[in-house]
Amino acid sequence: MKIKEIFSQLNIISQCKKYGLSLWQCPQFLFFIMGIFIIGSTLIVYAIGVRYVEDPQIVALIVILATVVLFIISVIITRSFERLAEANRMKSEFVSVVSHQLRSPLSNLRWAIELIMSGRLGKIEDKQLEYFKILKENSNRMKELVSDLLTVSRIETARIPLKIEKCSLEETIKQLIKEFEPLAKASNVKIIFKPQKNLPKILVDISQIKLVIENLLDNAIRYIEEAGEVKIELAKQDNNLLFQIKDNGVGIPRGDQKHIFQKFFRSGNIMKNQTQGTGLGLYIARAIIENLGGKIGFKSQEGVGSTFWFTLPIK
Amino acid sequence: MKKILFIEDESALQKTFGELLRQEGYEVVSALDGEIGLKLVKEKNPDLVLLDLILPKVNGFDVLKKIKEDKETKNIPVIVLTNLEEIEDVNKVIELGATTYLVKANYSLTELLEKIKKTLE
Repeated sequence: MKIKEIFSQLNIISQCKKYGLSLWQCPQFLFFIMGIFIIGSTLIVYAIGVRYVEDPQIVALIVILATVVLFIISVIITRSFERLAEANRMKSEFVSVVSHQLRSPLSNLRWAIELIMSGRLGKIEDKQLEYFKILKENSNRMKELVSDLLTVSRIETARIPLKIEKCSLEETIKQLIKEFEPLAKASNVKIIFKPQKNLPKILVDISQIKLVIENLLDNAIRYIEEAGEVKIELAKQDNNLLFQIKDNGVGIPRGDQKHIFQKFFRSGNIMKNQTQGTGLGLYIARAIIENLGGKIGFKSQEGVGSTFWFTLPIK
Repeated sequence: MKKILFIEDESALQKTFGELLRQEGYEVVSALDGEIGLKLVKEKNPDLVLLDLILPKVNGFDVLKKIKEDKETKNIPVIVLTNLEEIEDVNKVIELGATTYLVKANYSLTELLEKIKKTLE
């Protein structure tokens, strides 16, 4: 597998195709050319140097010429990196614009469904109500996805607005557990919360931290297969608050672990059981925690469960 | 009967939310762009204005500014109802004198209704 990976790295042309760039705009290809050129010019200079030892001027001239060519190639390489960065920025902007545009029709849809389901427009049959429920659930899922995409595009353009205030993480967690109680019950999951006593308040943007804990709690509950337990702990550790959430769910296969915080990544064993989820939750969580000066990580064993943790500095 | 001026270019929203408000016993006046909105604020003297920000002809920021500049209309509470949620937009709108800033995507119809009732109390 490893050797195969190295060989695929060496296949420059297919790599450049993947980025959608022509060869002369592709950094890998240009580096390759530059390498060949350096080796070639060194050999030529050596050969000429051996032949014309008496006339160092020619050698010097060739070295200068080679330097100029190398300089030109490196300028082109830098430009090609700029193009890649620009393409990436445009992609983030595209996601942002599309998500914004999707919001209005989605609101219209959700509100129209709500109005029908409220019975204000006339009585609906039970059978119809079932189908309206499907419409409602799915439009809510779309809403969540769009809002995740917007958060991601804000992260990528470094535009996460922060409203920093002093707040109690303990209270926030209690409140969130209450909100998740129906989902937990439906999934046969017991949520246990054990906070240390006399924890200090911290300065954070609580709406962002909520987003993180929601994501972790949602994952913990959803990836428990039949029945189980989610344990949340909150403690002071040096100058940090340490949040830990432990589940006895499906766990993350070893091979997937290094990708778990990547955007749109979803673990293989999760895909088998779950259709919901966007692969954005943990990416967003990491960006938020790091933005607030904390750290995030996990331990996991397939079939046994996962423990996710994050720290936030007490200021 | 309390009168609400609803300045919103999405006719679907005018229909659903307007219907709900009428059922709740409010008189709803609709404006599909900022220019008509401004005209109707003066003519109808509503108890509350619901205002979108992205509007044809005159945008919501300017509509809000003009409402708050005019002596006759500056005391009418304005609820901004939009899908813009960049912090700069929120700050700007609050600075211009809006009562509340609501992001459409974050609320259900019933929650919106509650907010409106509270403002009108």
